Formats: sequence, C-alpha cells, structure tokens
Amino acid sequence: MSSGALPSRSLPAGLRRGLTFWRRSIQARVVASTVVLSAVVVSIVGWFLLQQTREGLLDHRVTAVVAEANNETTEARTRLVAAPGTDIDSASQQRDLVEPIIQRGATRGFSVVLAGPVGDTGGRIEDGGAESTPGLDTSSVPASLEAHFDELAPTAWTYTRIRSADAEGVTRVQPGIVVGSQVKLPSDGATYTLYYLFPLDEEQETLALVTRALLTAAILLLVLVAGMTWLVTRQVVTPIRMARRVAERLAAGQLQERLQVSGEDDLARLATSFNQMASNLQRQIRQLEELSRVQRRFVSDVSHELRTPLTTVRMASDVLHDARHGFDPAAGRAAELLQTELDRFEMLLVDLLEISRFDAGAAVLEAEDVNLVDVAHRVVETTRALADQRGVGVVVRTPDYPCLAEADVRRVERIVRNLVTNAIDHAETSGRGAEIVVQVAGDEHSAAIAVRDYGVGLAPGEAAMVFNRFWRADPARARTSGGTGLGLSISLEDTHLHGGWLQAWGRPGQGAQFRLTLPRRAGVPLRQSPLPLVPVDAEETVS
Amino acid sequence: MTQPAGPPAENAWKGRILVVDDDASLAEMLTIVLRQEGFDSRMCTRGDLAMDEFRDYKPDLVLLDLMLPGKDGIDVCKEIRAESGVPIVMLTAKGDTVDVVVGLESGADDYVVKPFKPKELVARIRARVRRYDTPAQESLSIGDLTIDVAGHSVTRRGVQISLTPLEFDLLVCLARKPWQVFTREVLLEQVWGYRHAADTRLVNVHVQRLRSKVEHDPENPEIVVTVRGVGYKAGNA
Repeated sequence: MSSGALPSRSLPAGLRRGLTFWRRSIQARVVASTVVLSAVVVSIVGWFLLQQTREGLLDHRVTAVVAEANNETTEARTRLVAAPGTDIDSASQQRDLVEPIIQRGATRGFSVVLAGPVGDTGGRIEDGGAESTPGLDTSSVPASLEAHFDELAPTAWTYTRIRSADAEGVTRVQPGIVVGSQVKLPSDGATYTLYYLFPLDEEQETLALVTRALLTAAILLLVLVAGMTWLVTRQVVTPIRMARRVAERLAAGQLQERLQVSGEDDLARLATSFNQMASNLQRQIRQLEELSRVQRRFVSDVSHELRTPLTTVRMASDVLHDARHGFDPAAGRAAELLQTELDRFEMLLVDLLEISRFDAGAAVLEAEDVNLVDVAHRVVETTRALADQRGVGVVVRTPDYPCLAEADVRRVERIVRNLVTNAIDHAETSGRGAEIVVQVAGDEHSAAIAVRDYGVGLAPGEAAMVFNRFWRADPARARTSGGTGLGLSISLEDTHLHGGWLQAWGRPGQGAQFRLTLPRRAGVPLRQSPLPLVPVDAEETVS
Repeated sequence: MTQPAGPPAENAWKGRILVVDDDASLAEMLTIVLRQEGFDSRMCTRGDLAMDEFRDYKPDLVLLDLMLPGKDGIDVCKEIRAESGVPIVMLTAKGDTVDVVVGLESGADDYVVKPFKPKELVARIRARVRRYDTPAQESLSIGDLTIDVAGHSVTRRGVQISLTPLEFDLLVCLARKPWQVFTREVLLEQVWGYRHAADTRLVNVHVQRLRSKVEHDPENPEIVVTVRGVGYKAGNA
C-alpha cells in the first residue's frame, strides 16, 4: 500500500487512476500476469515452430535446386562434348551454351549467369563479358560465391537476394538460392562458371502463411487464457467484493446487512462466518443502545420526578420568605436559610442532570459563529454583582477585532461564567490580589479566553485535578458563591463537545489561570492557542 | 415585578387561570401564589377532565403540565387550541429541545421549565394577559392582509383569518414597522415581554405557525420574511 503511494505523486491523472486500479484489483493483476506468462511461452513455442518449418522448407528446396542445376550442367557438358571443337570461336560457343539454358530457365522460373573464364585474368562478372538472363542484375551473384569459383571447384550454393528488372523496368528484389557449377569450353579450353539463380518466392509465401496461422493461433490462445483467468478469478473475487461492500455498510451503521450464502464451498463458509460475526455485533450494539436508552430514560424520569416536588417546595419557600417579617426572628431566619439552601439544591440538581446528560451522550451542539469578545463582556456584566460583593475588580482585556469561533453560545457562556465566578471565588479580598483579568484573543484557526486570578494558586499536580467532579483545592476553605463542585467538570465536558481545550495553570501563592481555546471551525483539530497558558506576568518570577 | 402584590380587592381579579397539573401539591401551591398575585385560578389534575374544566371555567390563560394522567398534555394543548386562542403556558420538567418544540408546535405560546421561580412564572403570565388592557383604534396592512388591531381581526379580501392572540401580536409587531428587521431577541422582548434573553426557539416555532396560517405558500413566505443571520421582517409583497 505504502510503496504504491509513493510514485503516484507526480504522475498524470489518467496514469494515476490506472495505477490505483492495478493496486486495488486482484482480478486485473492475476489476469495480466497469466497473460504475460502465456505470451512468453507461446512466443517461444511459436518461434521454435517457425524455425523448424523454415529449415525444412529450405533444405527441401536446396536439394531440389542443386539437383536441377547439376542436371542442367551435365546436359550442357554433354552438348559441348558433342559440338565440333575447332571451327567455332569461344564467344559464339558461350552463347550456344547459355541460350538453351536461359530459355529453359525462363519457362521454369530460374535465371542464369555464365561467367568466366576462370584463371589469372580474373573473369569476374563485373568485368563484363558475362552472359545472363535478360533483365537480371548480375550483381545478384554474391562475391563470396564468385571467389569460391576463382579456381576449379565442384558445385556450390548459397543464399542471395535476386535483383531483376522486368519488361517495364521495375526492379524486383526477392530471396533466392544461387548454385554455381563449372564447365570447360572446348573452343578455348578455359573453364567457365554457370550460376543458376532460383527464387524462393513460394517458400516465402508458405512461411508467411505459417507465420500468420501461428500468430492467429497465439492470439486466440492468449484471449482464451485471459478470458478463463478472468472468469475463474471473478468467481473468487465477486464474493470478496460483496463481503467488502456489506462490511462497509455494516460499518456505516446498517446493521441488518448480510451476505448471501449459496452452496457449501469455502466462500459460502466465509459468508456464513461473516454473517455470524455481523449478527453478534448487531446484538451487542442493540444491547448497548438499549442500555443507553434506558439510562437516558432514567435521567429524564428522575429529572421529572425531582423537579415537580422541588417546584412546590420552591414556591412554598418563596411564600414563607416573602412573609418572613411577620414571623418571630428564629422562624424568619429559618425561612431565609430555606430559601438560600434551596437555591443551592436547585443548582446542584441542574448540574447533576447536565452531567448525566453528558454521560448518556445526549448533549447536542448547536453551533454558530460566536464572538468571544462579546461573550467575555456579557459574562463580566452578569457576574459584576458577585464581584462587587466580594470586593474583586474585574479587568477585561479584549482586542479591537472580533474573536470568532463556531460554538454553542449557551455552552460557551456557561464555561466562561464558571471560570469567572471560580476566579472571583479564589481571588483575595483586598490588595493587588483582589483583581482578576479576563483576556481574549483569536486568530484564523482558533479563539481563546484566559481568566487569571491572583489568589492562593494551585499546588503542583492540582492543575489536572481541578476538573474532577466535586474536587476542592482546600476542603477547609469556605464556600462563598455556593458552587456545586461540578462547574469545572461541566465546563470541561462542554469544551470537549466543541473539540476545544480547557486547561489550568497555577503556582502556590501566584494565583491561577484557566484558558479556554475553541477551534474557529467546529470539528477542526486545534494545534495551538492564541493565548499562552502560563501568564506573562508569572513567567519571570518562576524562572 | 419584584414588588409582592397585596391581597386583591374583591371582584378585582386580574384574570382567571386554569392550572392543569397532575401533582396536587404543586397545583395547590400554584393557586396560592397566583391568588397572592391577584389572579383567580382553578386546578385540574387529570388530562381527560381538562377540556370540561376549560369550557366550564373559560380562563384567560392555561398553565399546562405536559405529563398528565388520562390524556397527554400535548393532546390537551391541541384540543384547546382547536376551539380557542387563549394563551397556553406549558410547565415542563424537561428542558430538552424536542419536548419544548413539540409543545410549542402543538399550540402553546410559551413554556417554563421546572423548577421555576414563582416570580418568573408570574411575570410570564402577566406578559400573556396584559394585552387586554390596551385596546387602540388602529388599522394596519401587511402584504394582502388587513389588520384591525382594536377589533383583533385579520382579513384577506374580506375573509377572516383566525389567529391566536400571540400570533396576532407577532403579526402586528412586524406590520407596525415594515421597514425594520426584527431580531429574535427584540421580538421576544416586544411580543413575549421578556427583558432578558430567553429561548429564541419560541420565535422560530411561532413564526412557522403564523406562516402556516397567513402565507399563500408557507414554503416560500412573502408576508413574514426571514432575513438570514438577522431575524424577520414584514414582506413587501
């Protein structure tokens, strides 16, 4: 897989598609390799057959041709012996010798050249004086054969290409055999060489025919092999592809998908096992879904069952609270306590229900573009009463551009409100520590809010524990804003729902900073935050 | 709103409220609180008896729990809506989107989630019944509709279109300023009477309901037009 991915980078699209197909299709690979192997074997066999046929054909022809040439020569010698020896000059005798042979050659399809005489004077064809069949290019007789007949020699033959011009002057070249044998002319007593040139037209045609037949057979054979391989692999690959498709659908949540089982072969058994696996998975998933549904139903029921009496108690408490001035002091104070504790009870219930909704996976994100600058200002405004009551100054540092994130504004406000009330809770009540700083920043990938306090800070290792449910830094520390102990846990769950980060930093005596980072687009993983987790004013004193 | 109301003078009830809730203690507590705030009220603890009580009592507003014995609160809501435009405020124990939307779609005007603060509930009830105090002679038109504000009627070419008071208020609010785009928050404040940002789903659901009654084609609204990313405005058609 990885080796195939490397070269595909710089290739054109068509080729890349081809390569992908090649990588993905077993069928294509099997068919291609079978065809290549068969092609090699068929080529070797074909070449061997052709060689054999050619040799057989030529051997046969050579035997026949040499015999015919010998016949002609013998007959010529007989005619020379019978001829009167003295009164005729050598030139006319040459003609007398050659003419009948040329005529016979014309009817029987061969050409003749008479060259000579053999001896020190040369007697090569190109020197002239050679008698030949009209239209024949005498250079068709190879020089090597001529050299062989420079002295007295028995009959010899070789292959050549015969060049000739017909009546219209069109030159033809065809393969042929040239046989040479020598005769002695009585008129001058010199030895002349007779070359017979036999064309190999027929043999060539036969050979071409055989070649064509072999090629056709080879191609048909290859097509047959390819087709058979394709069919055979298809029988194996089709069920595998079906299994892949069904597996993909199962993975996509269509749990009722099954493979068709036919027969009892290996593939059918694979399908059976696959179906069993799918059934088991389906049952397990159904069970989990049922459990989750029961859990959600339970949470919903509990919420209803608890809320109705709480509403009644709440209203009763309100009536008592409004009328408390008419009570004796103890009863009046009791009514006040009832009221405040009911507020806490209510918050706790709401937080518990929220947490259980997260645990049941029922929390849904309703994301839109949220400007964290606005959120910061709104939250600081709503918590101003608490801050004033505690004597804590809240400083907001925002950039003059909007810091956008795709988020659920209700949840983001809840996170920031949690962080701010938490900071107000932990800030000192006087001096420089009586201040918290809310900072906002954003870039094109993310937006962040950091809330800094200068309170007691966090001991090493506590930064990770602050998000635990009902965790408290100092159990002896008095609660002022009446937090439920679930606030930061819910904030963390809310943040995770957005795919964001919620982190804490703290040093004993230097205060703490909580930073919320949200991605600009919901679902895009965060790489970095536009704000540092460790506040700038703390770094110097630490190092 | 924060001022506790004194005991009401005789025959000076601000309105009659039918409380439909299966929890007898809660229903009784509600009547106590409402009486303190100057409302006359009657309780009903069964869904199947709610319609009889409604016809008999003729309330100005109905507080309706969603989980009721005998008959589902949603069905009760639909039945009341079928014969009357009286304001309905749902009491729900579930803040889940689906329940709220289903309740609003079946005809409720508003909802409060238990446990609610009594003052919050009273504020919402006041917002729903306050309309009756301010009759004014005024005639508006929006699209091909004619609105008689004092007569509380909407007509299209002489044919009356029946709207609930809340739907009517919503339409009047848009028609009074046809040049203005209203955000959902502004509509909540002007039509529902909320000071603080509340659930903007209220607006969405009611706009859908209003459209289904006044538009020629609710899929392509021409009278109540959505302005993407901002809110709603009256159509120019």
